[in-house]
Amino acid sequence: MALLDVNGLSVTFKTGDGFVNAVNGVSFSVEEGETLAIVGESGSGKSQTAFAAMGLLARNGTAKGEALFDGQNLLTMKQKELNRIRSQEIAMIFQDPMTSLNPYMRISDQMAEVLTLHKGMSKSAAVAEAAQMLDAVRIPDAKARINMFPHEFSGGMRQRIMIAMALLCRPRLLIADEPTTALDVTVQAQIMDLFGDIRKEFGTGIILITHDLGVVAGFCDRTMVMYGGQVMEEAPTDQLFAKPAHPYTKGLLQAVPRFDVDEDELRTIAGEPPDMSRLPAGCPFCPRCSIAKDRCQNQRPEIDVFGDRRRACHATLDEVA
Amino acid sequence: MSDALLSVRDLTVTFDVPRPGAWPWTAPRKLHAVNGINFDLAPGECLGLVGESGSGKSTAARAVIGLAPISSGKVMFDGQDLGALSPVQRRKYGREIQMVFQDPLAALNPRMTVGDIIAEPLITHEPSLPRKEVRTRVQEMMEMVGLLPNLVNRYPHEFSGGQCQRIGIARALILRPRLLICDEPVSALDVSVQAQVVNLLKRLQKDLGLSMIFIAHDLSVVKHISDRISVMYLGRLMEQAGAKQLVQNPAHPYTQALISAVPIPDPEREKSRKIMMIQGELPSPLAPPSGCVFRTRCPFARPACAGDRPEYHVVGGDHVVACPWYNQLENSTLTAV
Repeated sequence: MALLDVNGLSVTFKTGDGFVNAVNGVSFSVEEGETLAIVGESGSGKSQTAFAAMGLLARNGTAKGEALFDGQNLLTMKQKELNRIRSQEIAMIFQDPMTSLNPYMRISDQMAEVLTLHKGMSKSAAVAEAAQMLDAVRIPDAKARINMFPHEFSGGMRQRIMIAMALLCRPRLLIADEPTTALDVTVQAQIMDLFGDIRKEFGTGIILITHDLGVVAGFCDRTMVMYGGQVMEEAPTDQLFAKPAHPYTKGLLQAVPRFDVDEDELRTIAGEPPDMSRLPAGCPFCPRCSIAKDRCQNQRPEIDVFGDRRRACHATLDEVA
Repeated sequence: MSDALLSVRDLTVTFDVPRPGAWPWTAPRKLHAVNGINFDLAPGECLGLVGESGSGKSTAARAVIGLAPISSGKVMFDGQDLGALSPVQRRKYGREIQMVFQDPLAALNPRMTVGDIIAEPLITHEPSLPRKEVRTRVQEMMEMVGLLPNLVNRYPHEFSGGQCQRIGIARALILRPRLLICDEPVSALDVSVQAQVVNLLKRLQKDLGLSMIFIAHDLSVVKHISDRISVMYLGRLMEQAGAKQLVQNPAHPYTQALISAVPIPDPEREKSRKIMMIQGELPSPLAPPSGCVFRTRCPFARPACAGDRPEYHVVGGDHVVACPWYNQLENSTLTAV
């Protein structure tokens, strides 16, 4: 059984302009110790998918479908049980480490709070454990620095603290929402290296939500591409990069400036990302797709499974390639 | 260097930082955001400035356009020292140097229409221009950056990020400046839109013969658009070379580390990529290391590095590097990785 099994997840927000479907029937699963990337541009619903599964939607949002963790549906679970799972089994890391840490609390207090609350440890034991975890995420001189406040750390160090805090209860699943987007490349390399060690050491399943295809290529077992709140394609990372089966994936891969290749002009995807309150009836990507046909405009493509990959596209594989 | 449009010589930008808990009359500490940098920019050339946050790349560019104080050194534009001009004299150069900012929506006044935003620099600098002429110029500009001229009465919030950045570019170019400074113009945009804006900037630069300073932390984008690249670290210039040369043969240990950290969107190559990890943290700019500022994190640092500030060494052509040992590192690089 998969660690996390999401089936037909939809998220709707009630706004002043009516209902907005941010996520439409998304399904995926993560096995124990596996790393899944969810890739998409802003507004593609990648973060909301994770938020919905964790019960973290904004107040005007509702989620339908199911998110089974160990066979239990997170969406219908009692708050108390959900809190237990969210603290001990699943942990989440957010993009901006400064706004996720409490600026008024010392790192020691923030980290110890997790352990005293969820594991019933004494304060001194909790602080000792927290210091050990900071050491594990390679914060130099952890014992002394644990008494500092968040603003005394650099961005990369804060993200390490967030990771250490997420790991305190030894979660089985780690959801990282754009964990390196706010960081410099050299720091990004350090943090991704750290994630790799965590995966090896603790066997944690990881969902990495990102827009950076470079980070995905080096790190993730499987990659799922989202657009307009829907899954466009999912495949083992190697195959997805080698032979994209969806025109959006292909366009995305071509639009990234390559460091190792010289090119005169970047290939682009024409047009702009979709307005989520006015999605086309058919495939959400069809207004920007170069091989769209009549059918794409009014008929939403079904998910088509082939081998260990799946995709949602009316065009044949040959037409995409 | 008479043929250069812009020559920056020993540019230093210093900010005062009050000491915590000090008396108001205590002398503040000096933070050297930019610490003696030199570069030249030829007409029609694009110079990329890269470096991590806190390296001073934005401050250097802001000093050129007059948004940051020049503490010492010279910014020569067209043979004129901009730092020596009075604000009134300087105004003339306002139209020659324009800037595109990082956050496209925040850089636009939400209460002005797109037409007014793009026209504003024109009306400021040429108040006598007839209204009709202004409108034509705005429409021309909008077409040039790929915006439909019939959107002229819309407000910024009605546009997406990529379109807002096009508006920002149109506003910067309507005065036909000779130098355009782009401070992280695409880092807030999605990949598919980023490619559109990069192509647009590259095309406009060629068509209008613009000189450009392009600042970004994304090395792949900088390499794509720039003719030459300067690498900054802690307010100093570490290395400067043609874009291709820098990427293929980085001479400075910092550049080597920076380049090795760029992820490549290709799983095959990614597996064989060797990352030269930089240990530790960026030192505080209030107390930069003596000698070479990178020595505290450099895998090849030796005692001599703590002495004098390293001179610039010519690697070949226009490739200069601020490391005296650059040609003795190559073999050791392999062992260090």
